[in-house]
Amino acid sequence: MDELRQLYQEVIFDHNRSPRNFGRLEHPTHQAEGINPLCGDALTVYLVLDKDDRIETVCFEGQGCAISTASASLMTETLKGVSLAEADAYFDAFHALATGAAVPTTGLELSKLEVLSGVQEYPARVKCATLAWHAVHSALHNRGTKVTTE
Amino acid sequence: MMDPSMGLEPVAALDAAALRGDFPILHQQINGHPLVYLDNGATTQKPASVIDAMAEFYHHDNANVHRGVHRLSQRASDRFDSAREQARSLINAASTAEVIFTRGTTEAINLVAQSYGRSSVKSTDEILVSAMEHHANIVPWQLLCDETGATLRVAPMNDAGELLVDAFTELLSERTRIVALTHVSNALGTVNPVREFARLAHAAGAVVVVDGAQSVAHGPVDVQQLECDFFACSGHKLYGPTGIGVLYGREALLEDMPPWQGGGDMIRTVSFEGSTWNTLPYKFEAGTPHVAGAVGLSAAIEYLTGIGLDAIAAHERALLDYATEKANSQAGMRIIGTASDKAAIVSFELEGIHPHDVGTILDSAGVAIRTGHHCAMPVMQFFGVPATARASFGLYNTTDDVDALFGAIGEAQALFA
Repeated sequence: MDELRQLYQEVIFDHNRSPRNFGRLEHPTHQAEGINPLCGDALTVYLVLDKDDRIETVCFEGQGCAISTASASLMTETLKGVSLAEADAYFDAFHALATGAAVPTTGLELSKLEVLSGVQEYPARVKCATLAWHAVHSALHNRGTKVTTE
Repeated sequence: MMDPSMGLEPVAALDAAALRGDFPILHQQINGHPLVYLDNGATTQKPASVIDAMAEFYHHDNANVHRGVHRLSQRASDRFDSAREQARSLINAASTAEVIFTRGTTEAINLVAQSYGRSSVKSTDEILVSAMEHHANIVPWQLLCDETGATLRVAPMNDAGELLVDAFTELLSERTRIVALTHVSNALGTVNPVREFARLAHAAGAVVVVDGAQSVAHGPVDVQQLECDFFACSGHKLYGPTGIGVLYGREALLEDMPPWQGGGDMIRTVSFEGSTWNTLPYKFEAGTPHVAGAVGLSAAIEYLTGIGLDAIAAHERALLDYATEKANSQAGMRIIGTASDKAAIVSFELEGIHPHDVGTILDSAGVAIRTGHHCAMPVMQFFGVPATARASFGLYNTTDDVDALFGAIGEAQALFA
């Protein structure tokens, strides 16, 4: 149970129960769908970039496990107001954090995301944690191609 | 389960606790807990006799089959041929000509779709599948429909996960060329009354293809009693190795079917002007087969029949009843698939906990279950769930395993409370 608590921290339950920035956005400048066909997780991320290419709004909707929902929720809080370049840096840093790789030293504020680092002990769950991030990455760079973590 | 006319004889009880000793893999700790393996629907574990038979084959008898005059080739051929006889006997095919080795159930169904299907299905024809099929019994028919212009129809089920006979009958017509039906649903546990549906299908002039992946290891199966035309199953789901499976086909149908893959072993003569085909079953077995796999499958069948498939069915029935009763009194738990005739498969969801989280939490208690859509996405859509958690039982499971499952389910609920 103790190891499980490392994965399922209170913050994760909180964001799973009440995901932040949850819902559909009517006029996004960018959007993409992320699916994990193996476990049935499916979510869509919506973004609005301002004229300086900063993320003005980011939200998501869909269904998934506690890890993917909490990760998507925490991601939206992290990415709000950041530039495209910063979003990419966060994507790389989060990927490293979730897989147990060396997290690049960038001066990014990662403390909030660190609650998800427990997934590195659960390789089968890494894709749950990274699903929303992959979707955002796709929305920003591939103009909304559907991404899958399988 | 299976045919009610079978198993009327009193069945000797099976001592699962003792049989566990035959399975080396079960004796290990997962996350500090004894392994409780409840993912038998995905694959079953292998008794030492299967593992040893395959190792022994590679140690002493390995050679290619039906080719050489040397001693090893003779031994390998003998073992391969006797495996086919074992498989014939397990499902009571009329002859070994009707028993084709494949890589597994999926390849067996694809063989029927590509060989029988492409040579006999026309653009005006229909192929009828049930709403509870595994992707392996949907997609090969979709591919066939794409190639031939035929139409795929779907026979509906009710909320318990039982096929509706009247609706099935209404869907049958002179256009129905093939009916593809699972014997036991991997996602729901439903046991379909195959013979009843086969008779209806035959009356309409269709051939009947049965996906037997989930049935053969869990009770007696007799393809002649089922009155099906084709029956597909996998070695690894019947305590044998992966990479080997069986397609049963009625000889008259197989005789008329064109070869599926070309190569060695499936020919009688080859010239650049043309080739002639080998006799059954070799016509459908191009290339060097999985000889060691067949040896392992043979050992697995020997193991199962040694215990007795009636005894296995009775044991698993008792486990299913025990687990179902516990599930029904577990708050926040819902069973998906409540057919009156079920195999020992319990698909479920826990209120407020995604199946994927359930799977991780159970694993931390050493309990291995399957979570996801079980390669049956249309079934998930029908029940309005993205996925389910599924415990599926085998001959070595005990009521202690069921207790461990429910202990871990309680932990998951406590964690998410």
